[in-house]
Amino acid sequence: MAQHVVTANRLGDGGVVYLSTAGGWTEWLSEADIVDSDADEARLLAIAERAVAARLVVAPYAIPVERQGASLKALSQRERIRAKGPTIHPQFCKPEAGGTGLESSACMSTTNTTAHW
Amino acid sequence: MYVYDEYDRTLVAERVAQFRGQVARRLSGELSEDEFRPLRLMNGLYMQLHAYMLRVAIPYGTLSSVQMRQLAMIARKYDKGYGHFTTRQNIQYNWPKLDAVPDILADLAKVEMHAHQTSGNCIRNVTADQYAGAAADEIEDARITSEVIRQWSTFHPEFSFLPRKFKIAVTGSPHDRAAIKVHDIGLRTIRNDHGEVGYEVVVGGGLGRTPIVGLTIREFLPKRHLLSYLEAILRVYNQEGRRDNLFKARIKILVQSMGGTAFTEKVEAEWRAIRKDAVDFSSEDFARIAAQFAPPRYVTSTAHSAEFEAARLADKDFEAWCRTNLAPHKQPGYAIVNISLKPIGGVPGDATAEDMELFAKIAELWSFSAIRVTHSQNLVLPYVRLSDVHAVWQALRGAGLAAPNIDLITDIISCPGLDYCNLANARSIPVAQRISERFASLDRQYDIGELKIKISGCINACGHHHVGHIGLLGVDKKGEEFYQITLGGSADENASLGTLVGPAFSYDRVVDAVETLVETYVTKRQPGEIFLDTYRRLGVAPFKEALYGSHPA
Amino acid sequence: MALIQHSDFADDSWIRLDDASEAPIGAKIIVSLERWQRDRESLLGRNAPVGVLLKSNQPPALIAADIDRLSLIALEFPKFTDGRAYSYARLLRERHGFKGELRAVGNILRDQLFFMRRVGFDAFEVPDRARAQEWLKSFGDFDVVYQETGDGRRRPVRVREPEIGG
Repeated sequence: MAQHVVTANRLGDGGVVYLSTAGGWTEWLSEADIVDSDADEARLLAIAERAVAARLVVAPYAIPVERQGASLKALSQRERIRAKGPTIHPQFCKPEAGGTGLESSACMSTTNTTAHW
Repeated sequence: MYVYDEYDRTLVAERVAQFRGQVARRLSGELSEDEFRPLRLMNGLYMQLHAYMLRVAIPYGTLSSVQMRQLAMIARKYDKGYGHFTTRQNIQYNWPKLDAVPDILADLAKVEMHAHQTSGNCIRNVTADQYAGAAADEIEDARITSEVIRQWSTFHPEFSFLPRKFKIAVTGSPHDRAAIKVHDIGLRTIRNDHGEVGYEVVVGGGLGRTPIVGLTIREFLPKRHLLSYLEAILRVYNQEGRRDNLFKARIKILVQSMGGTAFTEKVEAEWRAIRKDAVDFSSEDFARIAAQFAPPRYVTSTAHSAEFEAARLADKDFEAWCRTNLAPHKQPGYAIVNISLKPIGGVPGDATAEDMELFAKIAELWSFSAIRVTHSQNLVLPYVRLSDVHAVWQALRGAGLAAPNIDLITDIISCPGLDYCNLANARSIPVAQRISERFASLDRQYDIGELKIKISGCINACGHHHVGHIGLLGVDKKGEEFYQITLGGSADENASLGTLVGPAFSYDRVVDAVETLVETYVTKRQPGEIFLDTYRRLGVAPFKEALYGSHPA
Repeated sequence: MALIQHSDFADDSWIRLDDASEAPIGAKIIVSLERWQRDRESLLGRNAPVGVLLKSNQPPALIAADIDRLSLIALEFPKFTDGRAYSYARLLRERHGFKGELRAVGNILRDQLFFMRRVGFDAFEVPDRARAQEWLKSFGDFDVVYQETGDGRRRPVRVREPEIGG
């Protein structure tokens, strides 16, 4: 089985989170717990369902990912956008873990023109 | 505009209190997400890709300066400093926190606004002609009918759990600026041979997965019977609309499967049975609401303004903006001013808190504090004196908000798409931005003329792509974004649905494809023809050949 | 399961009878539409009140002729999002003139009680008596109504000066 991580949205603000290697939830895809067997994926989803019951997150599911060098990449465009934020507003885009959020190079924006902003 | 009385205020306050309780029950665990979802949706609260999204109702697109300022305040206090005006004449905030939403609603209530029925399987916020009350060609102000419908449909006890969402649009003019033929119910105001005002009733139009132009089920409905007739339509739909398949649950599917004649007979029979009951608003009710939409105190009725004409002659940029962004007014000496929210490379429909405050101020100074939101994601100042138009333009231009492109190729409708939306398959906004940049030259835009591009990021068609002269639909091909192109759609009184031209284009190639289509039109057009005319005259073949060669893939 | 009748919790004096069981002598029974259609004569001959439960795909026209013989009609909400019974309730009250107990059964949220009473329901089967006061409070969610239904509430009579200006 391909590599997967488990993601959800936080109940309080809808923010995108991933089950982390530390057992909690992280905002950074790079810190997500990667599994490559059905059994491990089921184990993570069971943990996630407990977090649903505890009203931490909503609607968890597993997504396929791929390790590329030091970073982790979601395989679908939708999940890549979820991981980094809207591609059209560099200023609201998530930085890499540990970043300040200001460096727009962290974003996957395909257009540099934000004349209106 | 309509001003709340104590009853309206009470109702909105009670709704805020109710929703505050519902959020508390969700946070305490009394409500599961499955139970909470329909409740939050009925108050316009979605869970999107990155955050919650709150859709605030702007009934029939009408706003005051005070309300616009409050929208700016909310953008700043609870969001990231901006909002997005939608094709349903609403505004969406992209980043609210769940526990703050009741406070946002309370702040909205202070200025007589709310998020009632902006989502969910209920009668949605009614939409109308954005020029209502000002248009030179109107029979009656569409806001009167719209407000009557707003009240009737608010917390309607019978129709709050319909098979699917239900959208009603109203136009007061023969020229349809409200796209009434692609709504669940469209009402076109008409005057019959006896001079009586009433409605042509169109049912079962819609876009989405199954685009259909609506069917006229009644040529003339006297105004006084409006609500009983709507109630009859809704009652037939509530009982007989499909509930087993989400994709076949809209009223358009019921009308199609029953057949227009059978559906009409059912509605008419139901109407005969309820007409004698006290469903309808009385003529006093109508008159009371109509009085709320009395014209402003115009200060001139002289058609000509020497100042205005002199400014147009003196300033080429002003003249250019006037040509595209003004519309004729019913009051001599006044103009309807369109404010484009489509600057080159901008996000269609987005406005920052600062922009909103500027619009509020300009409206206060020069448009009787009145602002409208259009279904093309632009704004309108409905009552500007000709001699003030130059000042309005200067104020807008100072903030980079005087794009002279209404109805031109860069005036693109775009849904939020995959940058925000949980349902999207592909991004819409950056495609709109790139097209806008490609056609940035004003001379080129004028040469091309009226051309409506509409982009949706998924089959739900919030970007109205089926009725774009050029429509783009984002699809997902193995995790990559592709765009199908339709041609020849239109949403006005001659509504038509676009025809799929051929295989989809990748994100990288779609802008080139649009340019190829435009160049084909420019080459083949006859004098006076806009893109749609040329397409209607020649059909899809020359465009198809330009895109794919003579042997399409 | 608990029952709200009118505006308060109450003991349920009715029993639901399945399609096979014998009706207890003298008991007030609620039967399915199928059983009603099959055993109509014998059920009427019992000299005890009888009610019929309509599923959400069984419109009231199916029992319209028998309205006066029924003391109770229950309308089922298989899911709280299935709103057909709101129309059925109004038709029963306002068109067919049903005067007996109109009971909402199935999947009901307390946020719906206000709507249900407005269309003519006067009895509600709810999950339990937990949070009883909150359930009862929901009837009063709104003091103002914009529509006139068979519940007798009127739209507000409004008198005011017109506003000038757009």
